Amino acid sequence: MSKEDVTREGVKFIRKLDEYGEVNDRFITLKEARTDPTYGKLPTQRSAEELLDLGVVNLDKPPGPTSHEVVAWLKNILGIEKAGHGGTLERP
Amino acid sequence: MLSTKEYVAVAQLHEPVEEARLREVIKEFIGRIYQRPPLRSSVKRALRVKTVYEIELLEYEFPYALLRIKCEHGTYVRKLIHDIGLILGVGAHMRELRRIRTGPFKEDSTLVTMHELSEAVYLYRNENDDSALRKTILPAEYIVSHMRKVVVVDGAVSAISHGADLAIPGISMIHENIRRGERVAIFSLKGEIVAVGRALMSTEEVLERRKGIAVKTRRVIMKRGTYPRSWRRKQSK
Repeated sequence: MSKEDVTREGVKFIRKLDEYGEVNDRFITLKEARTDPTYGKLPTQRSAEELLDLGVVNLDKPPGPTSHEVVAWLKNILGIEKAGHGGTLERP
Repeated sequence: MLSTKEYVAVAQLHEPVEEARLREVIKEFIGRIYQRPPLRSSVKRALRVKTVYEIELLEYEFPYALLRIKCEHGTYVRKLIHDIGLILGVGAHMRELRRIRTGPFKEDSTLVTMHELSEAVYLYRNENDDSALRKTILPAEYIVSHMRKVVVVDGAVSAISHGADLAIPGISMIHENIRRGERVAIFSLKGEIVAVGRALMSTEEVLERRKGIAVKTRRVIMKRGTYPRSWRRKQSK
C-alpha cells in the first residue's frame, strides 16, 4: 500500500471510530501529512495475536459468574497475562 | 472505565400509584442527586453528588415499572429506585438491572456472548482459524471512540509514546469543539491510538496560536519503538 492509501485507510478508520462513539464533531486539518507504511499498522489489519495483546471485547456477561471470574477465565483460555473489565454491576 | 452508563431496570412499587404521579416523580430525579453508597459496596460510604442525565418510564403495570436510566458512573440505581419509592410515599425496590451501555459500548452487533467468545477462541487455538476471533475482539481504539481526537504526524508519534506532550506542530488533524481540560485521544495517521491526554488548549486556541503545547500526555498506549525516533530537526514529508 502507498503512503496515500495507508493514510486514507487510517483516517477512514478514525471516522468509523467517531461513528461508533457518536462523536459528531468535524475534523479540521492543520497540516496535510502522510504516514509511512514501513512502521506501525492499520488497526484493521491486526492479527489475532495482536488483537489479543491490545483489544477489547464488548461482552454480554451472564448473571452467574462475577466480572472478576470472567476475566480470570478469559486470561486462562486465551493464555494472556493482562486483562481487565469495565466495572461491576450492582446486585439487584 | 469511568464513563456514562445506561441501564434498564425493573422497579417494584410497594403500593399502587397513578402512572401520571410516577412519571412526575421520576422527572424530579433528572439532574444532580445526593447518594450515599449502600452497605454492600467497595467504595467509601461518603455522601456524593451524582448526575442523572435521563430517566424514562418505559412501561408500568403495577407493581412493576420498567425504567431506562442514563447516569454518571458511580450512580447506584438501586438507591435511586429506593429514593423514588420514598418520594412517591409507597416505597419501591429494584428487582432487576441490566446495563445496556458503558461509554461507547452498547447492545449492538459488537456485543458477544461468552459462548461466542469461547467458540472463537476454540477455533483459533485448535483449528488455527482466526476469523471468528478477529470479529469478536475489537481493536483497542474502540475504547476511546467516544472521545474527541487529535491526529498527529509520524514524527510526533515516537516522542508521545515516550511520554512527551503534544506540541501544535505535531498535529495533522484536530476535532472541532475541544475544550481546555477535556480528555482527548491522540491518534496516528494510520488510526492507531498513541496516547490519551488532557487538552491544554481548546481547538480554537490551537488554530490561533500555531505554537505551544496543545495536549498533556497522560496515558501512553502505543508500545515504544513502534514508530522510529526522528532525530532530524527538520521533518520532510
